[in-house]
Amino acid sequence: MIKTIAIGSLNNFVYGRCPKPVKTKRGLEIGTGIVFPEVNFTLPAMNINAQTWPQVIAHYTEMIDDVIHRSVELEVPQLQIEFETLPDMTLNPAWGLEINRLLADKLIAAQAKHGIKTALRFTPNDIREFSRPPIMRSGIHWEHMLEVFNKAGEAGADFLSIESTGGKELNDEALINADLPGVVFALGVLGCRDMAFLWKHMVAACKKNGVIPAGDSACGFGNTAMVLADKKMIPKVFAAVVRVATVPRTLIAVEQGAVGPCKDCAYEGVYIKAITGTPIALEGKSAACAHLSPIGNIAAAVCDCWSNESVQNVQLLSGKAPMVSAEQLAYDCRLMNVAARRSPEDALRLRDWLVESDAPLDPQAYVLHPEVVLRISKKIVQGETAYDRTRIAVQAALEELRKGADDKSYRLDPREESWLDMMEMAIEDDIPETEEAMIAQMAPHVDKSKCSLAEYGIEA
Amino acid sequence: MAKNEELFNAIMKGKRKDVAALVQAEIDAGANVGSILMESMIPAMREIGARFSRNEVYVPEMLIAARAMQAGLDLVDPLLSKSGHEPLGKVAIGTVKGDLHDIGKNLVAMMVKGAGYEVIDLGVDCDVAKYEEAVNNGVQVIMLSALLTTTMPYMKEVVSHLKAKGSKVKILIGGAPVTQEYADEIGADGYSSDANQAVASVEKALAK
Repeated sequence: MIKTIAIGSLNNFVYGRCPKPVKTKRGLEIGTGIVFPEVNFTLPAMNINAQTWPQVIAHYTEMIDDVIHRSVELEVPQLQIEFETLPDMTLNPAWGLEINRLLADKLIAAQAKHGIKTALRFTPNDIREFSRPPIMRSGIHWEHMLEVFNKAGEAGADFLSIESTGGKELNDEALINADLPGVVFALGVLGCRDMAFLWKHMVAACKKNGVIPAGDSACGFGNTAMVLADKKMIPKVFAAVVRVATVPRTLIAVEQGAVGPCKDCAYEGVYIKAITGTPIALEGKSAACAHLSPIGNIAAAVCDCWSNESVQNVQLLSGKAPMVSAEQLAYDCRLMNVAARRSPEDALRLRDWLVESDAPLDPQAYVLHPEVVLRISKKIVQGETAYDRTRIAVQAALEELRKGADDKSYRLDPREESWLDMMEMAIEDDIPETEEAMIAQMAPHVDKSKCSLAEYGIEA
Repeated sequence: MAKNEELFNAIMKGKRKDVAALVQAEIDAGANVGSILMESMIPAMREIGARFSRNEVYVPEMLIAARAMQAGLDLVDPLLSKSGHEPLGKVAIGTVKGDLHDIGKNLVAMMVKGAGYEVIDLGVDCDVAKYEEAVNNGVQVIMLSALLTTTMPYMKEVVSHLKAKGSKVKILIGGAPVTQEYADEIGADGYSSDANQAVASVEKALAK
C-alpha cells in the first residue's frame, strides 16, 4: 500500500504536470506540461437495437468527424476521445467493440493526416448490477465485461477505464438517508473489496492486450451525492464528505496497476493525483452540457486532461453539440497552456484563481482545494487497510469542514450546521475502527434481496 | 389543521415510538381508523412533502417521517382492511427497461404511499410485460421512471402498448431527461418533475 504521497508541495500540484506522466504508443503524452481536451459524446434520445444500429453508427461517425475537424481547425495539440458505452453496448459486446474500432480508426487516420496526437479511452459499463442483487464475480454480465476488457486492444483502445459500481446497491439508500455509517460500509468495505477484484482482472487484460489501464471513477457514489445535494435533497456538507470517502476506493485501481489518467467524472481524482502522482482527467464548467455542479472552475486547477463528461449529438445554433463542446474545451485548455508557457508562477496564479472562484462558496468545492487535498491525502495514506483509509478520509474531511466553517473559509448554510454535528457524532459512535467490526455491525441489517455480501467475499 | 395534532407532530418529527403509542391510544379509544389515517397521518406526510418542496427539509428528514408514519400504518392497516376502508387508489411504479436508476423512483413511491395510495414497486429494468401484469392486477395508475436519454424512448413503447390494448390505466412519467413536452408527445397522462409533484399528478390523473 502507498504510504507517502507523491506530491508533497503545493507548488508542484498544478494542472498539466504530474510526477508519473503517461505516454501512449502513438506518442500522446499526459502530465508532461500541457492540458488537452478529452471529448466524450453520446446518442440523442433514441432506442438502440438491431433495427436502429445503422443510425447509431451514423451518429458516432458524425460525432467523431465533427470533433476531429474542429480540433484540427483550432490547432489542438493533442486530442483524447472517451467512448463510454451505453449499457446495450456492453450487454452486447460486439456492438461496443464495433463503435470503438470505428472511433479508433478515425483517430489514427486524423493523426496520420493532420499530425494531431490522438488517443482513445474505452469505458465499458459495469453491467453487473443488471442482476438484482448484483452478481459481481461470475455470470453472464461479468463474462461480457471480461470479453470487452480482453478485446479492447484489438478494437483500438489506448486506455481502459470503468465507472465501477461495487457497493452502490447499498450506497444509494445510504445517500438518501444521509447515513454516514452506511456510506462508509458501502464504499470502504464493499466498494474497496470489489475494486481489488475488478481491477486485478482489468489490469491483467490490459497487459495481455497492449492497453493502458487508466483508472476508475466513483461517479455512482460521489456524483450521485453531488446531484442530490444540488437538488436540495441532501445537505452539501454530507455530499462533500462522501466525495472524500470515495478516495480510498478509487485509489485501489492504481494500487492494482492503473497508471492514469483517472476518469473525468472522478472528482476524487485530485486526491489520486496527489497521492499517486498519476495524471487525471477532470470535468467542470464545460461539462454543464451533461450535469450541473458547484465545482466548475476548481475542477480544472490540477487536471491533466479536460473533459466535457458527455454531450448528446443534437443540433445547436452553431453546429452539432459534440463539436461545440470540443471547441469549449479547446479554448479552456489554450488559456491554461498559455499561462503555463509564460512561467510556472503564472500557471500557479491561474490555478489559484480557479480555486478561489469556487472553494469559498460550497463545501463540495472546499474539499477539492489543493491545500485541503494535500492535508487530507497525507492522513489517508496512514491507514493500514482500505477500510481504515475510508474511515480516516471521512474523519479528516469532517475536521477540515469544521475548521473551514469556523474560520469562514467556505460558506456553510446555517441549515447545514446541525448536519456537521450529526456526522461528527456518527464517526464517534457508529463507525468502528476495523473492517471486521464494521461488517459485524452492518451485515445483520443488509437486505439480502438488494445485496449479497458473498459477492464481496464476506461470509454470511 | 390535523385532527390529532400530537400525532401529526410526532410524524413530522419522525418519532416512531410516539407515533405507535398515539395511534394505539386512538384505536383503544375507539376512534375511526380511517379518520386517524386521513385526518392526522396523511396530512403530516403532505406537510413534510410541502416543506421539502419549499427547501425547508432534506430527503433524510422526509424518510424519517415516512418511517414514523409506517409505525402507525402497521397498526392501522389491518383494521382498515377489516373495516372495508379502501386506499385512495392503487399505483404501480417502475424504472423502464435498460435503466437501473432507482433513487428518484423510490422517493416517488414513498411520497405517493405517504399520501394514502397503495403502491406496488415493480423495481428497475421493467419491460412492457411487467407493467401490463400490474395493470391486469387492477392498478389505476402506472408511473414510469427513466434517467437515461436512451431508455426514455421505452416509455413510448409502454404507453403505445397499453393504449393499443385499450387500457384505461393512467400513465405518468418522470425522470431527469423527461419533460412535459415529451409526455404530451408520447400520449402519457401526466408528468412530474419531482417526488412531491408526483403526488399531485396521481391525484389529478385519478380525478379525470
